Amino acid sequence: MRSVRVVLCAVAVLVAALVAGAVAGFGADVAFAQSGAWRFGAVLVLSGDGAAYGNSQREGLELARDTINAAGGIHGMPVEIIFEDSRGERTDAVNAVLKLINRDRVLAIIGPTYSPEMFAAGPAADRARVTIMGISTTAVGIGEIGDYVFRNSLPEEGVIPTTIRVSKEKLGYRTAALLYSNNNDFTKSAAETMERELRANGVQLVAIETFHDGDTDFRAQLTKVLQANPDVLVVSALYKEAALLLQQARQLGLNQPVVGGNGFNSPELYRLAGEAAEGAIVGSPWFPGRDNPLVKDFVARYQERYGRVPDQFAAQAYDGLMLFAEAARRSGNPNDRQGFRNALAGIRNFEGVTGLFSFDDHGNPMMDATILQLRGGEYVEFK
Amino acid sequence: MWMQQLINGVSLGATYSLVALGYTLVFGTLGIINMAHGEIFMFGAFFGLLLAETGVLSAAAMLAVAAGGAAVMGLLLEYIALRPLRRWRGGHLTPLISTIGVGIFLRSLALHLFGPESQVFPAALRGGNYRLGGAVVTEVDLVILTTGLLLMLGLWLLLSRTKLGKAMRATAENEATAALLGVNTEAIIAVTVVLAAALGGVAGALVGLSFAVSPTMGLPYGLKGLSIIVLGGMGNVVGAMAGGLILGFAEVITVQLFSSSWRDAAAFALLFLLLVVKPEGLFGRAHQAGGKA
Repeated sequence: MRSVRVVLCAVAVLVAALVAGAVAGFGADVAFAQSGAWRFGAVLVLSGDGAAYGNSQREGLELARDTINAAGGIHGMPVEIIFEDSRGERTDAVNAVLKLINRDRVLAIIGPTYSPEMFAAGPAADRARVTIMGISTTAVGIGEIGDYVFRNSLPEEGVIPTTIRVSKEKLGYRTAALLYSNNNDFTKSAAETMERELRANGVQLVAIETFHDGDTDFRAQLTKVLQANPDVLVVSALYKEAALLLQQARQLGLNQPVVGGNGFNSPELYRLAGEAAEGAIVGSPWFPGRDNPLVKDFVARYQERYGRVPDQFAAQAYDGLMLFAEAARRSGNPNDRQGFRNALAGIRNFEGVTGLFSFDDHGNPMMDATILQLRGGEYVEFK
Repeated sequence: MWMQQLINGVSLGATYSLVALGYTLVFGTLGIINMAHGEIFMFGAFFGLLLAETGVLSAAAMLAVAAGGAAVMGLLLEYIALRPLRRWRGGHLTPLISTIGVGIFLRSLALHLFGPESQVFPAALRGGNYRLGGAVVTEVDLVILTTGLLLMLGLWLLLSRTKLGKAMRATAENEATAALLGVNTEAIIAVTVVLAAALGGVAGALVGLSFAVSPTMGLPYGLKGLSIIVLGGMGNVVGAMAGGLILGFAEVITVQLFSSSWRDAAAFALLFLLLVVKPEGLFGRAHQAGGKA
């Protein structure tokens, strides 16, 4: 089975490489009919601790740009991106945004990478009436900063409703036990969303147990869960606590299916928990293995160009520029910032590599997450 | 279900007791608290893990290596961070600060050497489970409990029945007098610190075997260990063992009867209450063998 899959992958990559090569060959010869360009700015963390995120984003944006230009640009004009390094600092992000708006006179801006940077730079762009769109900012309240502030990155809170709904549909559970770490803002707020969504789906919570980050022994809590005998375990924890908890749960004879929060997206979970993590279900905003021609094409071309599988940051960046391109196509004028903003805000059901995408009234994303299941140490789509 | 919670309490408490034994030994003899004990505990776990990763799958060998490696660290601790300060007559606070420093250094060193990720022992070494009247006991639990009891017994025999133990107690009682009577107190102190470190190493390897190994694993156990020696009576070996089990039970019972978010709060409230009733600790005497007070 494994070798067949490897061969198939190799064939897919080769075919994609040939196609990409051919497209790139044509691309070099494309003559743009009109003068002028769609000039966008990108403010990313390109140096310092978060450089890995920013560089993935840069790669995703460059691949999207070259894809659009190779196909003749938008209304005959090429897309240009001016990259600025924010180093993850709020002041640098604000300065970069102001420079892009006033000196480079860009049509719209992608970034910044971090939510705190967006909370500083977003209002500056909004005052100047220039569209700014976060591609990795997941904090609550980004879209609410102003009319010109958008984001296409699905926060953890946006993943959980799909996770609960889909897992309930497929597994048909009626009662659940919720276990979470309550001294960590992320896992706690995710647990609150889980609790709300479980109740909204008519699931009865028969046990709610908490622990702390750094705890290692969960058997007292799990023994209590054992008495409540739920149909499913719902866990919001970082991967390390989640792994130990799963091991001890299986040891005590809790063999129910497990639905997890974002901590379950780490490959470390399986490395630590081994067999105990088998079958665990988790939602993710991005899954490179999704059975979808758009995703397969993107993954193959990205892999061919950069030598690795695109991560969430690259995928959301790629979709970000594709959304900008769609807005540009609809507005038609590279100098009309107002028209561009309205066109972007009106986008509904846009098909990107991270899924079917719409903006809500505040410019936040509305989309379904992909639901994954751990099988034999690999994440596969949960069906 | 109470059977399972009983087992949970014993196995949790036994790990706490093992950590507390090392603290209590050093406090009993030197009258200082070794704040680097949690980090030596962590290194013990890594020594055991390194051996297991070379393919030697024997719990006994793993514990021996953990004890040996930690003992060497204890010796270094004594010569670098404790002995020079004693020479300068720094009082009780200086070694406390210097061991905090050693602890921070060791934690950073572990981060560099082993990385921040948690690691687990090979499943083959962890063994299986037993069923006991509807409850589950793991093989690791049994190893922890037996090792803990054997170490406590050995330590008690060493302190009360051997000449070395007598010298340790004499040093604890009054270092100057012991020296006058011909006890090589510097050597006795070194032996105590090394022994405590070796105990910490064994505890770390067992906790690591039971759960996971990471550079920060010593912090929570260090804190619990400290509370336990206060509870059991500073410097008292039996008190450390009993205190650990009591804390373990208190935590498990809190989860079962009340709510898991009160786990630590209730356990420490119990500790507080016990100390109000018996300020010298469960097994402590009014004039503690710690001697220096």
